[in-house]
Amino acid sequence: MTNNRKDQFNQKLRLRKGIAKAFYFIFLLSILIGIGGLLLLLIQVLIEGLPWLSLHFLTDYPSRHPEQAGLKSALMGTIWIMTLTGLFTVPIGVSAAIYLEEYAPKNWSTQILEINLSNLAGVPSIVYGLLGLAVFVQLMSLGRTVLAGSLTLSLLVLPIVILASRESIRAVPSYYKEAAFALGADKWQVIKGVVLPVAFPGILTGTILAMSRAIGEAAPVIAISALVYLTFVPSSPLDRFTVLPIQIFNWVSRPQEDFQGLAAAGIIVLLTILLSMNAIAIYLRDKYQGKSAE
Amino acid sequence: MTNNEGIALEARSLSVWYGEFLALRNIHLAFKRNKVTALIGPSGCGKSTLLRCFNRMNDLIPSAKVEGQVIFEGRDLYSSKIDPTEMRSRIGMVFQKPNPFPKSISANVGFGLRINGYTGDVKEAIERSLRQAALWNEVKDRLNDGALTLSGGQQQRLCIARALAVEPEIILMDEPASALDPMATLAIEDLIRNLSEHYTIVIVTHNMQQAARVSDETAFLMVHEDRSGYLVEHGATQRIFTNPEDERTEAYITGRFS
Repeated sequence: MTNNRKDQFNQKLRLRKGIAKAFYFIFLLSILIGIGGLLLLLIQVLIEGLPWLSLHFLTDYPSRHPEQAGLKSALMGTIWIMTLTGLFTVPIGVSAAIYLEEYAPKNWSTQILEINLSNLAGVPSIVYGLLGLAVFVQLMSLGRTVLAGSLTLSLLVLPIVILASRESIRAVPSYYKEAAFALGADKWQVIKGVVLPVAFPGILTGTILAMSRAIGEAAPVIAISALVYLTFVPSSPLDRFTVLPIQIFNWVSRPQEDFQGLAAAGIIVLLTILLSMNAIAIYLRDKYQGKSAE
Repeated sequence: MTNNEGIALEARSLSVWYGEFLALRNIHLAFKRNKVTALIGPSGCGKSTLLRCFNRMNDLIPSAKVEGQVIFEGRDLYSSKIDPTEMRSRIGMVFQKPNPFPKSISANVGFGLRINGYTGDVKEAIERSLRQAALWNEVKDRLNDGALTLSGGQQQRLCIARALAVEPEIILMDEPASALDPMATLAIEDLIRNLSEHYTIVIVTHNMQQAARVSDETAFLMVHEDRSGYLVEHGATQRIFTNPEDERTEAYITGRFS
């Protein structure tokens, strides 16, 4: 019997173990390449930028003298732009998502709308920049202002916010909605009382991640604001502005060695903002999900 | 089009389609006031579909189409004059899986009060509903805790309290104990017996012992060859379980098929 079995199977155990191990190392190597590349970038930036990082770097305006230069105008510009973009995107994005998930009839026209929405989320950002330049800056004569910049970035992140909000709204279990309907709630009461509270953590996370994408975008803002050298902080939405990526780009493009250091320091500031926003997103998501899971 | 005295709810020539599929065929069934009526039958016989006709939950399924009438207080629930929102607040529902909202215990019970514009003392109404659902003593010290911290049986009693808070006349229960352990099931069954003093209850169950324990009346449904459900027999639970008129009912309750 045992002899017979040996004839029938050629198990090649050693070869199979070898292949299993080989794949393990291929996967491990892949993740190491990813992390390694990122680490290299980070270390390079930290080595170059840290010596230039100081309080005055955050509170001073850019200058021709590297040791006096700061990014106050860009930092404040970024904050201005983010605030306005958030104010525009969240209400419109969440409302659009509610419409698509809860109200829109399921037919070919909404399907086309959905496909286009996903496509919009993948359109290169410079296209939005040129659109903003044509529509907001020129056609609507807003000029190269904070308002035009944030409207442009709103267009850029709106599809992302809508998609993320839709995902979270769709993930709300139907038995919650049924329970609310069975108590005599009308459609809006169901949405306001049950759907939105349950979807809130997901919507919040999606929105913050979309915002952090907008912060890092340079191309569309360059189209709107041009590569300016600003020594004032915008005091209204109709002022001119600059943002961190532009300031960094500006420094990088200068020949002097010192400005490369300033650029690296600017990148550190930008990364810090991005990472803290992502951390806030994760924290808030865990907090609210924990709460609803209690 | 008035109900007979003592009839709280009545289905007349009720048929339900899901798209082209006939799910329920021509149901005639009357539910007595302040009695518990159990809907029993094999899986797929449409007992849940029938139950969901009584508070128009099938409206939420786009492909569902209901024909015939459901008479409640002399009016057809499916007439265009009926506002399903108002009607649902008077015909409550408890679902198969306990589904409290991910909110606090008191917010769950208060939800229906709030959306229906309750003008009385909300706190008092919450306490009254929780007492009715035999849950008050277990939760009175932690009303602000999340409802999902409760056990499954407690969650289902919370859902019953939530339904009771809006003071319905009829309570529809869709296999309310099927997700619960035996002890929690007994607690729910006791509760159903007590509630029938004040409410008309329709309960779907696949558990025949449960139907025998909690109900005054039983309706037995079956599946036709074309997979549509139809009513075989309806009467006092006592009689259905001891002396059924139809041999199919007898076959089912004696466990010859399920």
